[in-house]
Amino acid sequence: MANKFEELAVVVSQEALGNGIFDLTLQTKDIAAAAKAGQFVSVYCNDSSKLLPRPISLCGIDREKGTIRLVYRVTGEGTGTEEFSKMKEGDSIRIIGPLGNGFRVLPGKRAFLIGGGIGVPPMLQLAKDIRAGVAQGLENGQEIPQIQAVMGYRDAETFLLEEFKEQCKSYVATENGSVGTQGNVIDAIMANKLEADVIYACGPTPMLRALKALAKERGMECFISMEERMACGIGACLACVCKTKEKDGHSNVNNRRICMDGPVFRAEEVELQ
Amino acid sequence: MNTSVNLCGVTLKNPVMTASGTFGSGAEFSEFVDLNKLGAVVTKGVANVPWEGNPTPRVAEVYGGMLNAVGLQNPGIDLFCQRDIPFLQQYDTRIIVNVCGHSTEEYVAVVERLAEEPIDMMEINISCPNVKEGGIAFGQDPRAVEAITAEMKKHAKQPIIMKLSPNVTDITEMARAAEAGGADALSLINTITGMKIDIHRQRFVLANKTGGMSGPAIHPVAVRMVYQTAQAVSLPIIGMGGIMNAEDAIEMILAGATAVSVGTANFTNPKVTEEIVEGIENYMKRYQVENLTDLVGAVHE
Repeated sequence: MANKFEELAVVVSQEALGNGIFDLTLQTKDIAAAAKAGQFVSVYCNDSSKLLPRPISLCGIDREKGTIRLVYRVTGEGTGTEEFSKMKEGDSIRIIGPLGNGFRVLPGKRAFLIGGGIGVPPMLQLAKDIRAGVAQGLENGQEIPQIQAVMGYRDAETFLLEEFKEQCKSYVATENGSVGTQGNVIDAIMANKLEADVIYACGPTPMLRALKALAKERGMECFISMEERMACGIGACLACVCKTKEKDGHSNVNNRRICMDGPVFRAEEVELQ
Repeated sequence: MNTSVNLCGVTLKNPVMTASGTFGSGAEFSEFVDLNKLGAVVTKGVANVPWEGNPTPRVAEVYGGMLNAVGLQNPGIDLFCQRDIPFLQQYDTRIIVNVCGHSTEEYVAVVERLAEEPIDMMEINISCPNVKEGGIAFGQDPRAVEAITAEMKKHAKQPIIMKLSPNVTDITEMARAAEAGGADALSLINTITGMKIDIHRQRFVLANKTGGMSGPAIHPVAVRMVYQTAQAVSLPIIGMGGIMNAEDAIEMILAGATAVSVGTANFTNPKVTEEIVEGIENYMKRYQVENLTDLVGAVHE
């Protein structure tokens, strides 16, 4: 079983990226060293009226320095994420992690890394880990796959795009057409006539549904990172389940736990409602 | 200093237990908590066959609390006996299995199946607000409470704890009915039925519309109900409802609870159960309490 740690992490830096998106780096004791791309941490609020931790995906992992980077959206006034956005260098915050399974990469298979909105951040660490040959699935020197990134944004606030460009060829779709292809990530794939063997994706459910359909049509493998309201974050409370095609060995029904068995699933295994 | 308590003939090393549904069968939380330090683990409710539970979203946060409508998803008694009971047997803690059903027959099937299993007690959930049949339907009418309790006692080999709902006018009426039916102990309170609406989307937050409210916001309600029930019946009471720390647990014991269950707090701090055990010990040292049982119902005017 994977190791999970509860820690008081310390803020190394935080900056606003615009449109309510924040970029937070935390010093951890053990979490960074154990973390894989596509995993997440649960962040507890200091406000004791807010009981549930906020699950936030890992945008960056520096295993040598022991830091993790969280790029997250403030969901509104008075929310837990707003509390996090006010934290300054030196502040400490309780977190548990690394949680979930993370992405497992198929060696040698040309890949699309696709992120939509606040699903963009986890794909950055995946791009870095694939290129470095340290992503899950590539541990024993297997062939490092070629990657292309496709990101969907609302508008010209294309956070993290420059960093993706340092990793691989990167394409953009924006809802208002201000940058890249007007429309969604599927439109960007079509407009640029992109091809790959496998999709790794994180983003809103309509995007994941469209990618699942595209993968089926083109005979591609497709791995998606899912989201649901969570409570415990460690697989005990059964709040964050998704419907599955087959009966699951743990739950004994057609349900799997997103926090524990996911968040990354093979698209054809899960029902996207 | 003696922290042990006797719950209808079963000795617990301390009064701290886990509230059903928040702790699975302990496997996931065992990465954070030494289960050997707990008085008992109360499992998530288990039925005679696997249940899929409700659609998502199943949880919502509210001020000082949360709502859940998981709908008693469970793997069914067969897999539970194969996997979960052997897991818990590795630890030096008491095993209490929470039992759920849609009908008397379904409850009986689980209770009978558990008769030969190495468990210490059963907690019968007649108070789940999130399933349409069974659950709370048995827990809101004193005649039904008495009847289902008597039926459980007829089939059970282990002591029976009846878990009561706060969603009634007078919880002492249900407690007396459970006592009349032959219950060995009572658990209270289950969650309080609530609702949350997303004003931006103008929709219910939970797929089930309503959910059970838990967390520190309901703690004073739970303390009051434990106190009233302790005055009304002579059965041992397991107090629960919004216990976040040792202070809350001690309050519940002073109100009349012999043991306490910790639920929602596990989500806020996965190590909280162990910390509560320690906090109770510190309290006993500070006030020179020799036996924890001296604190049970010790509140006075």
